[in-house]
Amino acid sequence: MRRPASAFVVHGILGLYTLLALFPIVLVIMNSFKAKRAIFNTPLQPPMPWNFDLIGYTRVFGDSAIASYYMNSIVVTVGTIFFTLLFGAMAAWALTEYKFRWNTALGIFLAIGIMVPIRLGSVSIIQMVADLNLINTLTALVLVYVAQNLPLAVFILSEFIQQIPRDLREAGRCDGLSEYNIFFYIILPLLRPAMATVAVFTMIPVWNDLWFPLLLAPTGGKQTITLGVQQFLGQYITDWNAVLAALSTAIVPVLVLYVIFSRQLIRGLTSGAVK
Amino acid sequence: MAEVKIEKLHKSYGSVDVLKDINLRVEDGAFVVLVGPSGCGKSTLLRSVAGLEPITGGDISIDGRNVSDLAPAQREIAMVFQSYALYPHMNVENNMAFGLKFAKTPKDEIAARVAEASRILQLDPLLKRRPKELSGGQRQRVAIGRAIVRKPKVFLFDEPLSNLDAALRVNTRIEIANLHKLLKATIIYVTHDQVEAMTLADKIVVMNQGRIEQTGKPLDLYYKPANLFVARFIGSPAMNILPSIVAENGTTIRVDGHTLPLPTKQSAGSSVQLGFRPEHCGFEKTGIPVTVAIIERLGEIGYVHCRTKDGNNILVEIKGDPKMPIGTKTHVAPSRGQMHFFDANGQTLAA
Repeated sequence: MRRPASAFVVHGILGLYTLLALFPIVLVIMNSFKAKRAIFNTPLQPPMPWNFDLIGYTRVFGDSAIASYYMNSIVVTVGTIFFTLLFGAMAAWALTEYKFRWNTALGIFLAIGIMVPIRLGSVSIIQMVADLNLINTLTALVLVYVAQNLPLAVFILSEFIQQIPRDLREAGRCDGLSEYNIFFYIILPLLRPAMATVAVFTMIPVWNDLWFPLLLAPTGGKQTITLGVQQFLGQYITDWNAVLAALSTAIVPVLVLYVIFSRQLIRGLTSGAVK
Repeated sequence: MAEVKIEKLHKSYGSVDVLKDINLRVEDGAFVVLVGPSGCGKSTLLRSVAGLEPITGGDISIDGRNVSDLAPAQREIAMVFQSYALYPHMNVENNMAFGLKFAKTPKDEIAARVAEASRILQLDPLLKRRPKELSGGQRQRVAIGRAIVRKPKVFLFDEPLSNLDAALRVNTRIEIANLHKLLKATIIYVTHDQVEAMTLADKIVVMNQGRIEQTGKPLDLYYKPANLFVARFIGSPAMNILPSIVAENGTTIRVDGHTLPLPTKQSAGSSVQLGFRPEHCGFEKTGIPVTVAIIERLGEIGYVHCRTKDGNNILVEIKGDPKMPIGTKTHVAPSRGQMHFFDANGQTLAA
């Protein structure tokens, strides 16, 4: 049993950290509901009846482009998650289950991918995307993000696949399943918690990224929301109401996705399989 | 049901030979048990028959059809794994039906087969449960059920009882024996437990270091072991083995100063190992002189651990309570006709 005093200290530190982490988010959400003058004069004050103003939200939702930026972000994020998980799990399965000639070399190649930041290759990525005529498309973004996230996904999913008992795969083989069916009907369902983990930390950097949208899809209505918000930030005038409102609403979709995935993070899904 | 024939089977991992020249016939409807110490290759042999391990050489045929290069599913076998290997994300019913669905079996046929297996194994109340909500014994029955619904030609069991506790093991053993009678199935069963082997098998295959040491009916192995390994492996507690030297005349041996007749003439001075089981010897006026070292009393029987003056150990099984103090000096005499003699290579000397 841990002594209550030390538990108190631990919880105190964690609580303090939570406050620290939540503070900017709360600040943004609070001020998004206030009139412009109130944002600057009393930034720490919660919205009150006398300074309450929805002007930011009306401006954001009044702008038809913003809605499509949201859609773009959602498409890119969901697409990235889907393909990262699909290809990541398939690659991880192949690398752990099958012995073939370049198995180890491929594993090392992917491990290097974890260590090298993809932004170093920005120039050649732009060239490649331009050559493929994919500038200003969401496809370009999804391709780049999948490439960026695949190595770590493969690495983590391999670890999980190794924990799935070998007997299960062999029972599947005895039951007459093809290798694809073993993967889709036995391995994938058991990998759900692992895939949820990968999805959660794939999703947030992709959603927040400004770099590749700026380089690969800066115009033509294919901007993501993080890029789209920039239109409210001018050189001389910044529409802070709109910026704060856009940022606040931008939190919602990731939050929804997170809730969906975190429900999959149930432990012990494999318990009862063997022994 | 079908006959399984294994001819000149060979398997190696790189330069390590794990199975060497295995020849085995499993008759139609026979219950064959593969036994041996861990690492002897019995599981590998079973997995080779299942098609889960590729073989290096030789042939395996099931029902007259050479299956050496076929995938597990095409061999018409069903395997019950030591770990049960139930699909954790499906309930009992789906676990059993899963393979059939992929074999494109008609729905009503699947339902009928699952219902039949469920009836045989008394799984009806459990059909909607998931594996994690089942006890060890129940999981075991589901695993067997999953094998039954496939209506395979051969059942393969890989140490199916080793994860169960002792009481359940005895029950399940009897259930498996009954199941064999009911299904009249050809079964190959791997275990390291010789009680399972002796009680279940029509034929036991004793394996050691990738070779078959002896094949035979359970009691044949017990009474007529072909070599020292089988003699030691079959029977619990293990057979007493004593070194001895063939006397000048070539027809007797001397064991710790005691003279015993040999079944056949041997060259004088060669070494012969004498074996006799703890249940096939007793304390007599004459015999191998020993000192009682330890006594284990189990109630109905007692085990007396004795030590010869050359430092060999002899275990003697006594009915009831061996009423003798530790340190008693006495003589152990093996029963006539229950002695086994092995040459220097461990082969049994022909009687």
